[in-house]
Amino acid sequence: MGKIVAGVGTSHVPSIGVAYDTNQQLTPEWKPLFDGYIPAKEWLKEKGVTHAIVIYNDHGTDFFFDKYPTFAMGAADEYPIGDESFGVRDLPSVKGDTDFSFHLANELVLKHEFDLTICQEMLMDHGLLAPYPLLFDHEPDWSVKTVPFNVNVLQHPLPTPRRLWKLGQAMRQSVESYPEDVRVAILGTGGLSHQLHGTRFGHMNEAWDKEFLDRIEDDPESLLDIPHDVWMERGGAEAVEMMMWLTMRGALTPEVTKIHRNYYLPMLTGMGLTVLEDAA
Amino acid sequence: MSKETGHSDHIPGTHVFTGQRSKRGLKLNRFAFSLNQASNREAYLQDAEAYMDNCGLSSWEKEKVLARDYKSLVEEGGGSIYMLLKLGSVTGEGLASLGAQQRGETKEEFMQTRNVALKENE
Repeated sequence: MGKIVAGVGTSHVPSIGVAYDTNQQLTPEWKPLFDGYIPAKEWLKEKGVTHAIVIYNDHGTDFFFDKYPTFAMGAADEYPIGDESFGVRDLPSVKGDTDFSFHLANELVLKHEFDLTICQEMLMDHGLLAPYPLLFDHEPDWSVKTVPFNVNVLQHPLPTPRRLWKLGQAMRQSVESYPEDVRVAILGTGGLSHQLHGTRFGHMNEAWDKEFLDRIEDDPESLLDIPHDVWMERGGAEAVEMMMWLTMRGALTPEVTKIHRNYYLPMLTGMGLTVLEDAA
Repeated sequence: MSKETGHSDHIPGTHVFTGQRSKRGLKLNRFAFSLNQASNREAYLQDAEAYMDNCGLSSWEKEKVLARDYKSLVEEGGGSIYMLLKLGSVTGEGLASLGAQQRGETKEEFMQTRNVALKENE
């Protein structure tokens, strides 16, 4: 039987990928970020994670606004790395598990009434890739099978925070009804505070980021009725991505055991990491 | 809520990327999206004007792209910042440069407001 063994909330800032690819892990600018992921990666390895469901958003790597799905889930054995216009990163293609994806699709659509777009081909975007090598080994190949789950957080109207939370609850039940003994980490990605357009470009909000990190652990339901405008006012317009952490949190028990947390606020984005598991 | 923009735009300095804005910027954003392909980046570098003509951009859009006026493209042209960022691969500008321009600052001025300078894609 499938089991969710870990919940991870993480930023997916693209410059993390640039730093990783150019070996800047130990520089003063990047050490506070990369050091934060070392215990997380170790712990995930100890938990014996076999599969990861990654809630993320594409940033114009594969999806375009001519047709824009609210929820698009991968169902393939392999997902190539996309060219986001700066060339293709030197990482192995992300490996999937078609059978597991279709099990989730059937459960989510038929039992839980989430109307998904199913993608048999999907190019991987920094929304998933930026934190991925910091959490899982990829040499010679990725140590986990991945279910990429893309959420529209770009083109309004967006799904509500409560919907994303319910998606997480449905994910948990769907994982648990899988007959094979998969050990699943669920990742909510994005944020924390950042605004990338307008004269408010560069807006960050450390106090809100830290409050969010507390509330996602201890009182996630208090976040479910926050309107999109308030997420954007507090964290910046693009920080509405933070809602995707609610799917991760919704897939865990009401009380959680806190494994690890990191926060770093360097240039344009609050970079957060939280690692949780079900309360014993 | 405005029928034109799909949003009340009450957050200062913010232009929420609504369906209405996306509709206005569809050609502009598709042009930028096309730069994901290396062959398209080369074609743009060879002849920017011809490439933009092929994408059906208006003279206003072409002028603003060539002037690297991201502020106008976002605020008036329905540009998505995530798509416009792809122009950086051909202009050599990273996100901080695009942001500084939108704030009406030089990149150097903008960077003075930051805690730490990080290397970005550019």
